[in-house]
Amino acid sequence: MSFYGKRFSVFANIVLILLSLTCVLPLLLLLTSSLTSEDSLMHYGYSLWPREWSFESYKYLWYSRAQILNAYKMTILATTVGTLSNLTITTLMAYPLSRKGLPGRYFFSFAVFFTLLFNGGMIPSYLMWVQVFHIKDTFWALILPNLLMNGFGVIVMRTFFSTNIPDEVLEAARIDGAGETRTLITVVLPLSTPILSTIALLSGLAYWNDWINGLYYLVKRTDYYTIQNLLNRLIASADFIANNAANSALTAGVTVPSVGIRMAIAVIALVPIMMIYPFLQRGFVKGIVIGSVKG
Amino acid sequence: MQSAFKGLRRKLKRYMPLYIMMLPGLAYIIVNNYIPLAGLQLAFKKFKYAKGIWDSPWNGIKNFTYLFKTGDAWVIIRNTLGYNLIFIILGTIFAILVAILLNEIHLKKVQQVYQTVVLIPYLISYVIVSYITYALLGESNGMINNSILVPLGLQPASFYTDPKYWPYILTTVQLWKTFGYSSIIYFATIIGIDKAYYEAAVVDGAGTWKQITSITLPMIKPVIITLTLLSIGRIFYSDFGLFYQVPMNTGLLYDATNTIDTYVYRGLLETNDVGRASAAGFIQSVLGFLLVLGTNAAVRAIEKDQALF
Repeated sequence: MSFYGKRFSVFANIVLILLSLTCVLPLLLLLTSSLTSEDSLMHYGYSLWPREWSFESYKYLWYSRAQILNAYKMTILATTVGTLSNLTITTLMAYPLSRKGLPGRYFFSFAVFFTLLFNGGMIPSYLMWVQVFHIKDTFWALILPNLLMNGFGVIVMRTFFSTNIPDEVLEAARIDGAGETRTLITVVLPLSTPILSTIALLSGLAYWNDWINGLYYLVKRTDYYTIQNLLNRLIASADFIANNAANSALTAGVTVPSVGIRMAIAVIALVPIMMIYPFLQRGFVKGIVIGSVKG
Repeated sequence: MQSAFKGLRRKLKRYMPLYIMMLPGLAYIIVNNYIPLAGLQLAFKKFKYAKGIWDSPWNGIKNFTYLFKTGDAWVIIRNTLGYNLIFIILGTIFAILVAILLNEIHLKKVQQVYQTVVLIPYLISYVIVSYITYALLGESNGMINNSILVPLGLQPASFYTDPKYWPYILTTVQLWKTFGYSSIIYFATIIGIDKAYYEAAVVDGAGTWKQITSITLPMIKPVIITLTLLSIGRIFYSDFGLFYQVPMNTGLLYDATNTIDTYVYRGLLETNDVGRASAAGFIQSVLGFLLVLGTNAAVRAIEKDQALF
């Protein structure tokens, strides 16, 4: 819909094309850097069009594939377990809060909202998770702190339920003799796919991209590292992969492309997101818009 | 009396399944959010790892005096507030601009492509963002030095050792990563504006600029206020990923990159200085909370409908 006339719309296209390039070119740089020969990187640096293309980084990754595949497995495991738990807990919290007759509804809603306004910060949380719940160096470190349920998600979902599920529908289910759990599963959830997919998408992205929990809580058990944790570790110690791989006879006589290999792992971590994103884009945009409306 | 009690019991029985549903969620916020609140007392204690939060001895306000004596306090508070102010101002202007431009694209398909592309940076983790910035800014093999500065005959810049570049770098990266997200929120508001306003304005001979300033901006004002309010409420918080990963945790750059969040992290896990770090964390939590209450009260006084609570 244009209100301002043709010339302005041409201008808009030009600016948006330039902005789109600034969003895409950095990713392209990441990809071409991972495909540049180590020699060419050393002499001419990273560039969008390398002087000498090479697959040596990926070849090297193949040698240490056990480590990469393990990290990949942890990312997928944490994302799946985390997202499903988040979706379940958020739904179970949001649905009762959307029910108008529930005694104490406002008290519980406020208890959720308050977590968005005031929190104890990182140090008390860390000490509690480590000293009371002992999650350090366990798989649960990737799942539990901060990501399992988000007050904002609960409020958004509660608002969705109370504006989109008519009271008459719930009443009819009750008259038919359906219990609360059955009403939720057979009546409410089928009507709520937009919000369910939005929460799942946002939570899935948060788990896939998270490196902070691993940084805090995974110290000795580096076998629990996700791809993001591995990448984070490689910044400080580029030889983290090389060290492990050096033990294997397979790598004998292979020079380690230390600069390119990080870029190759970053590419590998990005590929799945970039592949599924175009299909989920609509749900994503919808989620941002729904989320921005105050609950 | 008896019947009121009976009524309550019947009600509780009826709603019991709903309360049971809430148990996991309630348990989680108690553990993840409410118990750590009690841990804020650590700011007034001398922390002994073996004794934990509860049994460590009190030491008054020593953690705070120590924090302010070193001068660290001023640097991290200045950086946290300063960056956030810049991010709020530039971020809002930029996002509204992009939203207005998006609205000018006639073809729905093209519009959707732009929308898809500008959101890409939002999907990338800060670890990967730091790899990209390193590919651009690295001293010996970064693209800016190798492909731009040196071919132009200029001195290569040592970005990772000189803090003076970092206010610009961090602002650029932050804008790049978040503009798509906030412009989509504004865009959704703009497409909701009644077209009749613009048609009437055109009849009255209003030009592009006039239409933007007297229709678009006033119509999206509530959203601007809400989003700005939310950001002001978080002005004592910084994105740990941006300030820790993008400068690659480089000590030489701390003057321009250290914020409350990175300081707290380092105090807890790198320099083992839990006292000062928990004092800084306390300031962040409490001042942040008071600020939310304050800004909300101010907005409530001016425009009641736009207050958050």
